[in-house]
Amino acid sequence: MADATLDQSLDHRAATVAARRHFLTRLVIYGLLVVFAAIYLIPLLVVVLNSFRDQQEIARNGLISLPRSFRLDAWGQAWSTYCIGGTCEGMQRNFYNSLKMTIPATIISTAVGAMNGYILSKWRFRGSEALFTCMLLGVFIPGQISLMPWAFILGNLGLSNSVYGLVLIHVIQGISFTTLFCRNYYVSIPDDLIKAARIDGAGFWRIFRKIILPLSSPILIVTVIWQFTGIWNEYLFGVVFTSGQQQPITAALVALTASGTNVRAYDVMSAAVLIGALPPLLIYLFGGKYFVRGLTQGAIK
Amino acid sequence: MSTLTIRSLRKNFGAVEVLKGIDLEAQNGEFIALVGPSGCGKSTLLAMIAGLESVTSGEIRIDGRLVNSVAPKDRDIAMVFQSYALYPTMTVRENITFGMESRRVPKPQQDEAVKRVAAFLQIEPLLGRKPGQLSGGQRQRVAMGRALVRDPKLFLFDEPLSNLDAKLRVDMRTEIKKLHHRVGKTTVYVTHDQVEAMTLASRIAVMHQGEVQQFDEPATIYNRPANMFVAGFMGSPAMNFLPAELSEEGGRPAVALQTADGKTASLPIVQALPSDTPRQLILGIRPEHIYRFDPDLARRKPGIAQIDAVVELVEPTGAETMAVLRLSGKEITGRFDPDGTPGMGETVTLGIDMARACLFDPTTQRLI
Repeated sequence: MADATLDQSLDHRAATVAARRHFLTRLVIYGLLVVFAAIYLIPLLVVVLNSFRDQQEIARNGLISLPRSFRLDAWGQAWSTYCIGGTCEGMQRNFYNSLKMTIPATIISTAVGAMNGYILSKWRFRGSEALFTCMLLGVFIPGQISLMPWAFILGNLGLSNSVYGLVLIHVIQGISFTTLFCRNYYVSIPDDLIKAARIDGAGFWRIFRKIILPLSSPILIVTVIWQFTGIWNEYLFGVVFTSGQQQPITAALVALTASGTNVRAYDVMSAAVLIGALPPLLIYLFGGKYFVRGLTQGAIK
Repeated sequence: MSTLTIRSLRKNFGAVEVLKGIDLEAQNGEFIALVGPSGCGKSTLLAMIAGLESVTSGEIRIDGRLVNSVAPKDRDIAMVFQSYALYPTMTVRENITFGMESRRVPKPQQDEAVKRVAAFLQIEPLLGRKPGQLSGGQRQRVAMGRALVRDPKLFLFDEPLSNLDAKLRVDMRTEIKKLHHRVGKTTVYVTHDQVEAMTLASRIAVMHQGEVQQFDEPATIYNRPANMFVAGFMGSPAMNFLPAELSEEGGRPAVALQTADGKTASLPIVQALPSDTPRQLILGIRPEHIYRFDPDLARRKPGIAQIDAVVELVEPTGAETMAVLRLSGKEITGRFDPDGTPGMGETVTLGIDMARACLFDPTTQRLI
């Protein structure tokens, strides 16, 4: 009996020590995480705050300081009235350009990727593996290398300085990635499903529509997010192949900083940058959890 | 009415020959089991019958019609897969109607067919569920429902029970047998489980290394296996093989074996031997044809031969007890009644039922 009580109190003490150690470890981990998060978030915070500050106040107190006033003027200017390179329409036209480029390019490249993935995983043919390897190479080729060929192609097609040219580029450049994503996902869908459907009398398209597509939402979400943010944020092709009113927002942001009046309008620039960053941010906010889930989960549990 | 005829069918994957000239046929309403170890080509053969694999050479006929290059959907077959292959995003009802929808069967007809099959398999309460919400046995039923609803010429089963646990497997085996009895469709059933093959099939094709070793009724396969592979594969515990020499005993042919104490024992051969029987033989005895010798038994059953062996190990399973015995320098297994099991280390006198023994040629491994 005595032994039992002794053991209990010993147990109790050991438990307290363990709990305290556990608490300290947690504290250190969370502390570090907060520090790193702050390092990441402070620049964003500075930009957000500056977008609401007055230009004069920024000039007086410096870029990094807490706002004394709260104004939305900079957002309005950045959206519709600020002058970039001679035209005074703000970023709105470029924002719409970016949408007109990103949405079709995302949809088309994802659709083509899904179709490629379906064929390369479920309808293999002689040389399909080799073809897939070739397509994979596209993932590793940096965009700069294809600048000259694209200039040639767009010139010949009469698509230079147009949003449609950029759509074409982003569809083609994106196919490697979308194909890779979809093919690797579809490989995990059992072949027996396809065989059963073939015996059931379904053909190529019906199997795709009725069996593959309904299973695809995780990977399609991943692909759409990947393509949307990638194409939206892309800058090199936008700067090189478009100018002025045809530019997507990323290219226009550069023009904004370069449009050299003597005063730097930090408030408008901040607002413009945030406008440019908003769509991908929203996509991540709403789709982020599906993104992680889609990357880690197989087709059929 | 539906028959299946396969003539000298071959299949190559690149340089690898997977099927080396298969001949098979199934009469109307027959249940054919393809059985063999993994890699023997049985699943490939089934996939070729289904039209999912191409034919390298030879011919496959369903109801006399050559189907070598006919698409799977036009062969009028239904298949049940090992993984069940239920469409995961569809309900049970949609799974069952998918094939009819592909063939544009009118809706009222579909509903009627679903009703009939669901009642037949007792899966009505499951019709609204998704496959993910079903147990293994229920999925199995739905998979069979999907096959049944089409009323095909030929049923193909690809190891349909191997994903189920042991008890359920036995239950479903019985169900499949009943099902076949009621539906009476010509069926080809692939399995690696020889018990499934024995219990279900009207004829069994034992396959090994891309060839049909023997194609016959279960009893013949079991009692008169064509070669040592079939003899060893069918039956558990496996048939015992003992090297022996042809001799004579009282003017009649016999096989000579070394006993535990170094002497030679002669076991008389019951069957008639062909004139070109080799001197060296392999004697094959199934574990259940080894008894404890007693004079009563010898009187009751002719052809019981007497021989001594040492018991090395005893394995009780409940219903019967397996004993590992040392005979003629080899370990053999005997199947005994639990009441009459010899003890470990004991020397027992065995009665071997020579009427049921098989003799094999050691060079060709064929049955003599």
